[in-house]
Amino acid sequence: MTYFIDRRLNPKGKSLGNRQRFLRRAKAQIRDAVQKSLKDAAVADIGKERKIKISTKGTREPRFRLDPKAAGERDFVLPGNKEYMPGDEIKKPQGGAGQGRGKDASDSGEGEDDFEFVMSQEEVLDIFFEDLELPNLIRTSLKDTQSKAWKRAGITTAGSPSQINLVRTMRNAQGRRLALRRPSLREVEEMEKELEALECREPSESLTLEIIALKEKLARAISKRKWVGFIDPVDVRYNSYTEQPIPTSQAVMFCLMDVSGSMGEREKDLAKRFYMLLHLFLRRRYDKVDIVFIRHTHEAQEVDEQEFFYSRQSGGTIVSTALDKMLEIQRERYTTSDWNIYVAQASDGYTQSGDARRCVEMLNDDVMPLCQYYAYIEILDEREMEVFASEDSGAELWRAYRTVAEEWKNFATKRISKPADIFPVFRELFKKAEV
Amino acid sequence: MSKLLFEEAEWDFATLDRTFKAIEDIALNDLKLDVYPNQVEIISSEQMLDAYSSMGMPLMYNHWSFGKLFAREDAMYRGGYSGLAYEIVINSSPCISYLLEENTMTMQALVIAHAAFGHNHFFKNNYLFKQWTNAEGILDYLAFAKHYISACEERYGRDEVESVLDAAHALMEQGVFRYRRPPKPTKERILEKRRLRAEYEAEAYNELWRTLPAGIEPPHAPPTPVDEDAFDGDIKLPEENLLYFIEKNAPDLRGWQREILRIVRNMAQYFYPQRQTKVMNEGCATFVHYTIMNMMFDRGLISESALLEFLHSHTSVVFQPEFDDRRYNGLNPYALGYAMMDDIKRICLNPTDEDRDWFPHLAGSGDWMGALKDAWANYRDESFIEQYLSPKLIRDFRLFALADKAEDGAYHVAAIHNEQGYRRVRSLLARQYDTGIADANIQVMGADLKGDRTLFLEHKMHRGVPLHHATKDQVVAHIERLWGHEVVLEEVAE
Repeated sequence: MTYFIDRRLNPKGKSLGNRQRFLRRAKAQIRDAVQKSLKDAAVADIGKERKIKISTKGTREPRFRLDPKAAGERDFVLPGNKEYMPGDEIKKPQGGAGQGRGKDASDSGEGEDDFEFVMSQEEVLDIFFEDLELPNLIRTSLKDTQSKAWKRAGITTAGSPSQINLVRTMRNAQGRRLALRRPSLREVEEMEKELEALECREPSESLTLEIIALKEKLARAISKRKWVGFIDPVDVRYNSYTEQPIPTSQAVMFCLMDVSGSMGEREKDLAKRFYMLLHLFLRRRYDKVDIVFIRHTHEAQEVDEQEFFYSRQSGGTIVSTALDKMLEIQRERYTTSDWNIYVAQASDGYTQSGDARRCVEMLNDDVMPLCQYYAYIEILDEREMEVFASEDSGAELWRAYRTVAEEWKNFATKRISKPADIFPVFRELFKKAEV
Repeated sequence: MSKLLFEEAEWDFATLDRTFKAIEDIALNDLKLDVYPNQVEIISSEQMLDAYSSMGMPLMYNHWSFGKLFAREDAMYRGGYSGLAYEIVINSSPCISYLLEENTMTMQALVIAHAAFGHNHFFKNNYLFKQWTNAEGILDYLAFAKHYISACEERYGRDEVESVLDAAHALMEQGVFRYRRPPKPTKERILEKRRLRAEYEAEAYNELWRTLPAGIEPPHAPPTPVDEDAFDGDIKLPEENLLYFIEKNAPDLRGWQREILRIVRNMAQYFYPQRQTKVMNEGCATFVHYTIMNMMFDRGLISESALLEFLHSHTSVVFQPEFDDRRYNGLNPYALGYAMMDDIKRICLNPTDEDRDWFPHLAGSGDWMGALKDAWANYRDESFIEQYLSPKLIRDFRLFALADKAEDGAYHVAAIHNEQGYRRVRSLLARQYDTGIADANIQVMGADLKGDRTLFLEHKMHRGVPLHHATKDQVVAHIERLWGHEVVLEEVAE
């Protein structure tokens, strides 16, 4: 008998475990390769598969190999002779393996070439984000554990009837019935039937004896059925639950962006890329992260992700409106006791005169005390970047924010002028604190 | 009405089933093959890659090297540098063959004939497989191994397990018994162990526990310190199976590490017959599919176009590039194997005078299937070539032998396909397939058990060929990791 089995629908990725082990093994090389390949790529491409080329160093699998090139002698047979006669000499090829031995070289683990393979988006991001984290997340989350939840905690012998675990109970009951040999209903009925049949027969002495014996047996069975119950209190099991505190490691990330007229196509694009990266980072690093998108011109509004990145608007620039909006939303929806608050702001550094000072006041008085971390990204063009080579010089907002940064450790400012800056800056902003 | 089993290139399960039955009929009733029950599975290309990156086994324990192979094969396949194998077959009972879903119906038929009957017959009948592998048990053993290794990873950490596996894999070729079964512990030793255990239990008995109030159990006796695998001086030397020796005698290994070595050693042993019979195994399967497909055509079961498609694929499988061809990558086992099988049939049916000289017992006997079955059952590549390679084939392949001395600047042509050279070429080719010569011959010569526990290994150089220097040091480092103490590997002349 032959069976055809269709395995095509089996779950895919059976070798995923091996693949992860391999990636882990070749980590150092892969990390270098990924960083290199990401450096030249657009941020929008980060979510794509990419080809990674690594050397086989570190993933070699050495075996004992013979090396007839070093010393000794051997014979070998080749196919396809054309003109050679016994006694002829064939010059050995210089350098490199002799003909027909190309494979030896790679088998030895020595001549093994670099090899290329394709890494999925997930794997690339894993490596890219490997040593990054949201700063200061743990500290408050532990402090603020308040909520509790009921969790399954096994099976108990006492509990409320609504929590009876039927499967366990019935299993125990059956085991006990089997162990104590409780006669089944069918057996009793059979005996009754048999008795009935005997009683209908012609009475005789032996028959009477038989009937008595059977009656006794029946009585025993019935009484045994009584004292070995179908279900006994000892069988009953209850699901048990205990109350457990759940750590709140939830965070909200406010993304503030200037979309005013002074932010050109290029600036918006850079800011967008930064947020996309941030977005990917948050979504993958932490389970519970809310993201609030606030864009502003001379007034601020909360928008959804799609609108944040893709819709266009223009007008004047008042940065503080965004901070107002952010505080308003925070008060409404994200209490500091339950949420860790992070803010990332992107701007070209131009705002209405006087507004910068107001921003600084708001930051110092209202925003920073709430925040775990505040990252400010200023987007410059490349000429400006040269002018403002030093961190001390800059536009109004930048200079104003520098004063905030001096006061607050968890306030960071960085400048971006071209796509290539985004990755290093991002890494620097979110690199793991060295403890 | 047409008797054709199929006309379209597309396959479906009904057609597969019909075709399988027709092939089975020919294989069992006409060719009288003797096979394990068959189980045929259809898999996707990803699963195919998956299977052959883990030694062709459906259930393999996890290790990074399989992931590496997969990544490499996957990139090659996607890049279009290499095609996929059409089939994989496992030496197990039932014999499992994997068919690739992308195959056309003709290819499926070919593969069924090739794997499910050709390889299957070989696995079941060849003496090496009979002697060394347990087809009924392998799948269960693999399941056990996978489970065991993942449990170890959980318990002792991935890095720990990985380093044992890495080292064990490096020794796979030196981890087989070539000539004998592993020694069983003697009866005296088992009794001695039992006695020691009882003695220990008696010593551990404490009168105090008897004074405990009723109902309180004394704590269980701690496990005896007599480890089943404990180091003892009972070693037989020299020992060719390095993995076995280390598993039994390494001073510091823990029980689970020894078990992992045993798993790798068993895998190596399981694959050892396949390594010794590449030419025969493929030759047998290729010959069987060729014969069956042609018989199907003769009986009007497959169409002319199917036959042509089959022949196209068959010829590319048995193609042998010449030594100076860019595509040359050693002798193609399919080509040599198939040619030899076909040649035996020819000798049985239409022998020449030369054949009568060389193969008096075969020539003209007519019973080619009997002759082939006898060869399949009782030979391995080395002995098969030594016995059956005919002068005609040596001429057909234009085989010639080169002698190579490392210090010379040139190879010497030692023998060619002529009257004086046939026997020489044949012997040398046979030698080339002797795994005993192709693999480094390394033996455990001793271990300084009373002193610093240095392990002494010896490489017996065959005709003065030394080990590759760099890999030698790497492997020795692996052995030291397992042995736990210094390892000295000396190379000596044979």
